Amino acid sequence: MKRIIAKQELCMGCGLCEVYCTVQHSKSKDIIKAYNSECPKPISRVRLEVNKPISFAIQCRHCEDAPCVTACLSGAMQKDEKTGLVTHNPDKCMGCWTCIMVCPYGAIKMDQQGKVVAKCDLCQGLEEPACVANCPNQALVFKEVKL
Amino acid sequence: MAKYVIVGASAAGIGAVEAIREVDPVGAITVISEEPCPQYSRPMISDFVSGKADFNKMKCRTDEFWKENNVEALTGKKATALNLTEKTVQLEGGEKVAYEKLLLATGGKPFVPKMEGSDKDGVFTFTTFKDAERLAAKIDSINAKAAVVIGAGLIGISVTEALLKRGLKVTMVELQDKILSLLLDAKASDLVEAVVRKAGVNIVTGQSVQKILGKPGNEGVVDGVILTKGDQVPCDLVIVAIGVVPRTELVTGTAVKINRGIVVDNMMQTNVPDVYASGDVTEAYDFIMNQNRLLPLWPLAVLEGQVAGYNMAGKKTTYMGGTNMSSLKYFGTPIVSIGLANPKEDPALEVLVKHDAERNVYKKLVLKNNVIVGLTLVNCIERAGVSFYLMKNAINVKKFKQKLLSDDFGLATLPVSLQRKMCVVQ
Ligand SMILES: Cc1cc2nc3c(=O)[nH]c(=O)nc-3n(C[C@H](O)[C@H](O)[C@H](O)COP(=O)(O)OP(=O)(O)OC[C@H]3O[C@@H](n4cnc5c(N)ncnc54)[C@H](O)[C@@H]3O)c2cc1C
Ligand code: SF4
Ligand code: SF4
Repeated sequence: MKRIIAKQELCMGCGLCEVYCTVQHSKSKDIIKAYNSECPKPISRVRLEVNKPISFAIQCRHCEDAPCVTACLSGAMQKDEKTGLVTHNPDKCMGCWTCIMVCPYGAIKMDQQGKVVAKCDLCQGLEEPACVANCPNQALVFKEVKL
Repeated sequence: MAKYVIVGASAAGIGAVEAIREVDPVGAITVISEEPCPQYSRPMISDFVSGKADFNKMKCRTDEFWKENNVEALTGKKATALNLTEKTVQLEGGEKVAYEKLLLATGGKPFVPKMEGSDKDGVFTFTTFKDAERLAAKIDSINAKAAVVIGAGLIGISVTEALLKRGLKVTMVELQDKILSLLLDAKASDLVEAVVRKAGVNIVTGQSVQKILGKPGNEGVVDGVILTKGDQVPCDLVIVAIGVVPRTELVTGTAVKINRGIVVDNMMQTNVPDVYASGDVTEAYDFIMNQNRLLPLWPLAVLEGQVAGYNMAGKKTTYMGGTNMSSLKYFGTPIVSIGLANPKEDPALEVLVKHDAERNVYKKLVLKNNVIVGLTLVNCIERAGVSFYLMKNAINVKKFKQKLLSDDFGLATLPVSLQRKMCVVQ
């Protein structure tokens, strides 16, 4: 399946991926409202990892044998066998953080307000995930990757 | 005659069904469960009591799950006996179900210590949806004001929070000196205890309940408890939440070998051919302790069930093992505890600790030969999975050891070779 992968040597560590992800996952899709007034506060599902001088962005890998799916206490985390997508249903989620404990990529975030988790959904409906489309230095690519 | 028969249709049973169907789309599967709708999240029963979740939300698989997987689900039926030579499972009422391959996924049952008065009206255990339903109904019907929770482990903490949310005054009684003593060291436990106390819970440690008292003139109804040292705590409800013990009654007296739980090999097979066991009822492999032991945890039950399922269906699979690993969400204090939390003094172990009192953050790592064998995180858990990966794969962390406890520890900290292997970067 198509996955997002980082080109570490191209990443400048600007963090715009987090900004665009946040906006994409906000209700208003408006940067000012998303950051200043929306409640619950939208959160970015991509994380900029920094260990100077190295930086890169990481989001859910949509693992083949997804540990988060096996571990999920509620059935909120599921693997879609057809698309390969690992999906999260916030209405089912009990916010137990078990998936966080087992995700090797640290790719799951806590939505403390909603008491659930949030993670990358590869921006369903968009041609290209928002982080990839908006990276100013093409440090993120969306392509067929085997895990 | 079913090719596969599974007794118990919760975490381990579901894991097995899914694994069998991956390998064998047609072989007949029968599951037997005494619970009418077994596919629900047991850990969510406290959310039911607090009112946060209804039964629909609790279902971890859809109502169509059994049908979609072409499973004959004998729900609401109890298995009462096994005949290992005849290869049959007997149900209540006498009906027999024959099997080629059998999985025992009967889980655990609440441990209730000997206590005077434990048969009184108002005493509850807390492991099934039915328990939760009865408890919630009781709170309403008697307009309960105060409860005593016996046990301050995972289940005790979860029911305590739920009762508090329902407006009850709660006293938690723990025999050990510290709460969550299987998951946390003294320092982390103190930190969490302060939060729980602040929320209004009365915590008594180093004591147990010696007697449950009845109401004057109505002896059969709970009125309070007497603690080990003689103090009395008035209450309307007593919840026994000490933990679970394997539900081995079905195999007791048969040829299946039991230690504390059912004994299995690394393919989840018992000593009897074609009989497998998984989940809370078994002693499965702990990769940190390097031994088989009881680890009653949901994700491990699913994994063990999957391994059993694959092997039953003919796909040879080895269980890589789990360890004592829990994440807790209670009292607004996220906690992750994996492996050794509280090791004895041992020159072979190296312990790294960081405590940020201002943010109430606590991190602890236990290393052995530069491999992580213990991880405790309080209030800062988002990167826990990265450390768990290092643990599970026994990766030598010597080169980046000093960064493991830093706030920006994450994938970028790992060696580039490992980042590539994990497919993080190109
Ligand atoms: C309140 C609570 C909170 C928890 N929180 C967590 C948590 O945060 N994280 C975590 O990892 N784990 C947690 N657990 C533990 C987790 O729920 C168990 O580890 C898990 O349910 C084990 O699954 P299992 O399939 O082995 O057994 P069980 O879930 O116990 O299921 C066994 C099933 O078999 C049925 N059965 C047994 N004997 C028979 C018979 N003779 N005939 C027919 N049916 C039978 C039972 O009725 C039951 O439906 C919690 C448990 C409780 C009670
Ligand atoms: S959340 Fe983590 S474990 Fe789950 S599929 Fe994504 S990367 Fe894999
Ligand atoms: S936090 Fe939500 S998605 Fe993650 S394991 Fe718990 S219930 Fe599943």
